[in-house]
Amino acid sequence: MWRDAALVAGKDLRIEWRSRVATNQVAPFALLVLILFAFALDDNPGVLTQAAAGLYWVAVLFSGLLAVQRSSAIEAADGARDHLRLSGLDPAGIFLGKAGAVAAQLLALEVLLAAGIVILYNASIGGVVLVVLTNILATAGLAAAGTLYGSLAAGLKVRETLLPLLLLPVAAPLLLAATEAWQAALGSHPGDGTEWVNLLAVFAIIYLTFGVLAFGSLLEES
Amino acid sequence: MNVPRWTTPALGIGALAFGAAAAVDGLWLIGPTAEQGQYSRLIVVHPPVATIAYLAFGITAVASLLYLWPRTRRREWDLLAGASAEVGVVFCALTLITGSIWGRPVWGVWWTWDARLTATALLLALFLGYLALRRIPAEETVRCRRSAVAALIAILDVPVDHFATTWWQTLHQGASVDLFQPDKHIDTSYNIALLLGFIAGLLAFSWLLIHRYRVEQLEARYETEGLTQALEERRAEAGVRVPV
Repeated sequence: MWRDAALVAGKDLRIEWRSRVATNQVAPFALLVLILFAFALDDNPGVLTQAAAGLYWVAVLFSGLLAVQRSSAIEAADGARDHLRLSGLDPAGIFLGKAGAVAAQLLALEVLLAAGIVILYNASIGGVVLVVLTNILATAGLAAAGTLYGSLAAGLKVRETLLPLLLLPVAAPLLLAATEAWQAALGSHPGDGTEWVNLLAVFAIIYLTFGVLAFGSLLEES
Repeated sequence: MNVPRWTTPALGIGALAFGAAAAVDGLWLIGPTAEQGQYSRLIVVHPPVATIAYLAFGITAVASLLYLWPRTRRREWDLLAGASAEVGVVFCALTLITGSIWGRPVWGVWWTWDARLTATALLLALFLGYLALRRIPAEETVRCRRSAVAALIAILDVPVDHFATTWWQTLHQGASVDLFQPDKHIDTSYNIALLLGFIAGLLAFSWLLIHRYRVEQLEARYETEGLTQALEERRAEAGVRVPV
């Protein structure tokens, strides 16, 4: 399973690297979201610093949607989904591989966005351990849930509108927990954020387990 | 899997009778409470519709699981899952609406970002997404499988919603009824009113579910057997001859 996961993740990341969509479109989009938030809240600069954690995670979520959309679109084109089934790879491995590739892209994007909020919103990131832990767990959860829903909406005519409708409500607890943990790390909120990190861990474990169990059923269809 | 014809009229009449009994009990027989005054009468409606929404989504999840399990895979499970989710969404929306009506005078706001309220709103959004997925133009097996998986993901929110008042400090009160000690939190007269509300809601839910299930069956038949046969049947019913 792990070998298959590494193969699929490698394939997806290679495609992304060659197509440059993540670097030329998704990353600029994420920064654009940060800038638009700044325009919307410009009258009161203090608000931006205070709301930095929430705005950061909303930007991550929106960019995550694009990354997930891309990840499932790769399999929809040229009958790639059927070839994937013929390849004999373990469905659980395929799921973990695809989620892993999305997570890797998201982590890179999160570093970029973190730099963005420090520069644009004047936020100072304290508690590095908490931030790193939050980002790893939230990204794992978002990538797992995203990959699962991405494959639910894959290959359908209405996928562009269906995916946000399906994924955003599921990602809402993740957004809440990650924001609270970041607020604790940024010092704009009392508490050490441990309970929120725990919630993120539970979220990630649930969706990773669910994906490993259910992905085979989704691939076998048709 | 056909439901006998007589069940729906019986359930409908039962729902009306128990609904009327619950209304009379809730409006006239029970008195106002010391803390919430007249607003506590909403207990006849709000907890029953919320519990029935859980039940409806539970049925959707179990039917979806039975559809995904190769040994028990039958189209009927998918139809039942869809029918139950549709009725569940109505009950979930009613939960939010009745809660809001109660919240405005008692809490002073129509809506607050309390854990219980947020989880219920999410539950509604999740099952609206599920219903959207069911309506996508795709092959039958693809659609059935994908919606079954989506239902199993969505149902994960039900325990979170139910235990929200225990896990977090919420504005929403905890459970009103302790099944093992029914009189622990509320008076016996209120328990009876609540029970009547539950029975009325349950009968109304079953009535709607069976109706929706039959419509789903007809839709599925229409999909598989096509328009031609449906037209032929209608013509035969009306005694119209088709010119050759």
